[in-house]
Amino acid sequence: MADEEDELPETELSYDQKKEIAKWFLLNAPAGEINYVAKDLKAVLRDEEVYNEAAMEAFPVYNKSHMICLEMPNRAGDVIVSSYSEITENEYLDPRTAQVAIVDHVQQICTKVRPADDEELASSYIEEFRCALDAEIQRYVSESYPKGVFAVNCVKGKDADGPGMDFEFVVIITARKLSPQNFCNGSWRSVWNIDFQDESQVLDIKGKLQVTFTTHLSLSVGAHYFEEGNVELDAKKEFQDSTIFQSADDCAIAIANIIRHHETEYLAALEVAYSKLPDNTFKDLRRKLPVTRTLFPWQNTLQFSLTREVEKELGLGK
Amino acid sequence: MLKKMEAALGLLRRMPPKQSETALSALLSLLPQHSSDLLSQVDLPLQVLRDAESRKDFILCEYNRDADSYRSPWSNKYHPPLEDALYPSSELRKLEVEANDIFAIYRDQYYEGGISSVYMWEDDNEGFVACFLIKKDGSKSGHGRRGCLEEGAWDAIHVIQVGPEEEEMAQYCLTSTIMLSLTTDDEPSGKFGLSGSIRRQMKMELAVAEGHLCNMGRMIEELEGKLRNSLDQVYFGKTREMVCTLRPPAEIVQMRLPDS
Repeated sequence: MADEEDELPETELSYDQKKEIAKWFLLNAPAGEINYVAKDLKAVLRDEEVYNEAAMEAFPVYNKSHMICLEMPNRAGDVIVSSYSEITENEYLDPRTAQVAIVDHVQQICTKVRPADDEELASSYIEEFRCALDAEIQRYVSESYPKGVFAVNCVKGKDADGPGMDFEFVVIITARKLSPQNFCNGSWRSVWNIDFQDESQVLDIKGKLQVTFTTHLSLSVGAHYFEEGNVELDAKKEFQDSTIFQSADDCAIAIANIIRHHETEYLAALEVAYSKLPDNTFKDLRRKLPVTRTLFPWQNTLQFSLTREVEKELGLGK
Repeated sequence: MLKKMEAALGLLRRMPPKQSETALSALLSLLPQHSSDLLSQVDLPLQVLRDAESRKDFILCEYNRDADSYRSPWSNKYHPPLEDALYPSSELRKLEVEANDIFAIYRDQYYEGGISSVYMWEDDNEGFVACFLIKKDGSKSGHGRRGCLEEGAWDAIHVIQVGPEEEEMAQYCLTSTIMLSLTTDDEPSGKFGLSGSIRRQMKMELAVAEGHLCNMGRMIEELEGKLRNSLDQVYFGKTREMVCTLRPPAEIVQMRLPDS
């Protein structure tokens, strides 16, 4: 294809510079849009080798940070790709089914599953706590999220074989609504770290919640208007709480209650923040009406300039 | 295969609005042959320069630029000085001066601070083009009177084409763009950021009896109000809707049918 545009001088970037730029675009893709970004990027680069190498490096990072959820073959359920479930770069543990999902990052699919090895799984002591928590979180997620996905992973002390040892769980809850072809994507991610401290008999709980929403709208409003917009919203909140170390079942109930409580409170706070936006927060940018509370008197503008002229002539101007 | 330029614009649309400067410079380095096309398609945050003589700030844009110099609407001088530079006709300059004075009052009444500049120039079809610009820093440390915003940048660009006068009527075509970036950080709602840009167009045929300035001003006031409304209603509305879809408030969940 001899495009006119190709006759002009091309970029003089080095291979590595091009690759870094390509990675930057992929990593900055909004939730659910990486494949669309990849398609445009390929067309801009027109360099398969650079693109492939950039994709190999960027997709795993993107998939883990967005905690994408992949369907495992043979109806084994879904696995969340995250640093908490990572065994190797392409292998992710699904503790609920004790299986390991083999993942193709660039295709964003799970190609096969294998049973987890013994050393990849937690001890039966830990598993008792993890299972109990899994069941409670499952109840909470199914009650509160129409399409939520969750995982409970042990990230520290998984080999503890009885009381006397510290261990740590991470609960991930994600929900997303993607329609990338309509440029409208929302995602909810909450990550809860639960640190079981044996000596103090306390459970230290830290939560991080992030909601992102991107939309690129293009609308025609009647014959004389069109409107287009590209808007991104990002909301974040961190939480801290604690409870006492109890039996596996009681811990699970207490943790799930804490998570439920904070997430519900946060939603209520977000509602309040939204309701204040139009009248308070936005007012610091631009008021709905002028300070005079009436539309600007454009018809009197002649008056303004006459007054100024007079002021100038009388030497009153600033 | 997609055309490079089409794909580049696709990338710019999908990148987070806060990263648009980085995205643009990355694309400029990948596609130097398309630099002027790319630059004309992307709105970047407005820049400001000081007119030392008039002791006032003015806003920079394509419409007051000649070579690497920018014309101040206050002194009508280029910064840095430029020989053989372009100037509007003396008649249009008179309207420009008037527009700057009045628009500054308008800006103060709606924005309670900020900077504004108006530029005008003749176009090819016997009419003229005017560009009204406003830049407001509504953050706590800037001109935010209520202290609600950690960061709050609002840039408004109104470009209006005015056709030649015919039987005491004229055609007006206004394109308005708002670029916004705000963050709040409060307990208990946490960090909350909104950024992006929206653009709208409006065409009207109006009697010129009250003067061009009056007509242009009313159109700008109306469209600016609509865009502000879109930002807080449409976009926030959608965000709220999205959050409710992902994680509905408790009472909605309880009302769900058991099989849904």
